[in-house]
Amino acid sequence: MWLRLEPRAQASRRLRTAAPLIALALTLASGTVLFGALGQNPILALHTFFIRPIDSLYGLSELAIKAAPLALCAVGLAIGFRGNVWNIGAEGQLTMGAICGGGLALAFYGAEGPWLLPLMVLAGGLGGMAWGAIPALLKTRFNANEILTSLMLSYVAIQLLGYLVHGPWRDPEGYNFPETRLFGEQALLPVLLEDTRLHAGVVLALIAVGLGWLLLSRSFAGFQIKVVGQAPAAAAYAGFSRGRVVWLSFLIGGGLAGIAGLGEVAGPMGQLNPTVSPGYGFAAIICAFLGRLHPFGVLLASLLLALLFLGGESLQMHLNLPLAITGVFQGLLLFFVLACDVFVRYRVRFGRAAVGLAP
Amino acid sequence: MSPEVETLVAILVATLRAGTPLVFAALGELVTEKSGVLNLGIEGMMLIGAVAGFIATVLTGCPFAGVVFAMLAGTLVSLLFGFLTLTLLTNQVATGLALTIFGIGLSAFVGLGYIGTPIQGLQPLAVPFLGEIPVLGPLLFRHDPLVYLSLALLAAVAWFLARTRAGLVLRAVGESHEAAHAIGYPVIAIRYLAVMFGGAMSGLAGAYLSLVYTPQWTENMTAGRGWIALALVVFATWRPARVLLGAYLFGGITIVGLHIQAAGFEASSHLLAMLPYLATILVLVLISRDATRIRLNAPAALGKPFHPDA
Repeated sequence: MWLRLEPRAQASRRLRTAAPLIALALTLASGTVLFGALGQNPILALHTFFIRPIDSLYGLSELAIKAAPLALCAVGLAIGFRGNVWNIGAEGQLTMGAICGGGLALAFYGAEGPWLLPLMVLAGGLGGMAWGAIPALLKTRFNANEILTSLMLSYVAIQLLGYLVHGPWRDPEGYNFPETRLFGEQALLPVLLEDTRLHAGVVLALIAVGLGWLLLSRSFAGFQIKVVGQAPAAAAYAGFSRGRVVWLSFLIGGGLAGIAGLGEVAGPMGQLNPTVSPGYGFAAIICAFLGRLHPFGVLLASLLLALLFLGGESLQMHLNLPLAITGVFQGLLLFFVLACDVFVRYRVRFGRAAVGLAP
Repeated sequence: MSPEVETLVAILVATLRAGTPLVFAALGELVTEKSGVLNLGIEGMMLIGAVAGFIATVLTGCPFAGVVFAMLAGTLVSLLFGFLTLTLLTNQVATGLALTIFGIGLSAFVGLGYIGTPIQGLQPLAVPFLGEIPVLGPLLFRHDPLVYLSLALLAAVAWFLARTRAGLVLRAVGESHEAAHAIGYPVIAIRYLAVMFGGAMSGLAGAYLSLVYTPQWTENMTAGRGWIALALVVFATWRPARVLLGAYLFGGITIVGLHIQAAGFEASSHLLAMLPYLATILVLVLISRDATRIRLNAPAALGKPFHPDA
């Protein structure tokens, strides 16, 4: 074979940190080529994509607003992926959180009090958790593949949201637009910084990152998750239950995604409409891998993915390029992240193996 | 023909058309999985195929060129998946997800200028005399060529896997790559071919949607059909004939939903749109409940990377 991989005796620590950076550099290089091919000045395009959206305080606050739901979802997913539990339905769990939390705001419209917002956060988390509990139940009780069930449930949740905002929950004074009425003042997350939209959901995301780190690195449950993920046989000998890890992963992942959804509707949106999320739940999968399934890494990765969302909008606004570029960059980035991982575990050699050395 | 019979025939014909892309995609994935590779990127490959086929049809004016181009495009992106998972040994689940995310983004980007462009899609065959027979004519002899192709491919795949030596080798690689390697079969090369077949079939499935079923290009037009195809492979317990049954079942559910609405029942289109996804979950649960049956039928090396020196 023209390309061979020699396993390293020990995974390279240096490359473990460097791999995501190499992946990012490769993505940037591809972006330069892509913009060049589109007939754009690559330097100007890259500047518009990566620098311009965050060259002001307002831009930075927008970055934090977009990173918050990503980090919330991705921390939960990373915990599951560590345990080899493939929850890819964060988008649906996020949507259910938005529906449950937002529904509460609508139910108590005109009768609010300071008690409403905490209840909404709770309802959002529980809604996401309940939606995550379905694939967990189907997996542990009926052995159904969690990748497929969690994803199918995302489609169901999005249709349910569409049904609600087109039908029973539509704003009676909204000229038939498919959206609910605007939430009352006390059903909105407080704004932290004047003249920006920076809301308290960002704090919730930071708390989630901290708790996620505590769980994975400092708790017995986290240890069980990691052992079940890395060495299922050893976990079975130790008596760690795989079912418990599945449940734990889905409840945590679903709950955090639900809070992320609530943060969107009670934060920047202030109402429910058919597109609560521009794909945060799916982009969170990329965050989880880019952040090496570590909560702090996930936080950094969320900031980067948030920048991709903002950069796409900036390109559309200033250079009239399509928003879909964000999706292309997301896919490329994940490809490169996965491919760069190979250098951590293997040495890459070119050319054929020397004859006689092969076992 | 009485109106009831006419409606029934219309439902059956529409079911066939709704099921055909699922047949293509699921057959491709079945062969890929039989070689021991789990490719979760069907949704992305279908979208790439759909947009590539559509653009080629617009440019050439010939939907057959579109179909060929869609298959080429599907094969090309599947090679990307193959390079990552088979040569660079990346995690197959994660790489498949990446392929889907990439496919959704790239197809939306490339197809931007083609939204709403009208095309002359692939036309149904007009078989003389046979097509005129009431009931049987529309049911059997008035489909587009790809419907017949899907049935022929199904038979070919079933025969290949069960009756040929090459099919046996493919299955051996999927059951135990170490054993196949020890005997001297080129495990990686065989898996590359299986992945490429899966890519071509996904491209074909996408082309069916954009050239026959709709026929137009809209962003994200597969709407989860790639994932349903993945579920179908499990539902079929990796047997080609059952793929057909499952695909038409799902096609039927979609179509019956539409007819319920057309018949004037008060049902939200959003709630009806949930049906195929809920049905997928239901059949997955019913099939997977028997863990032994899944274990006996699933390729033993499914999803496991192969490194000759490891």
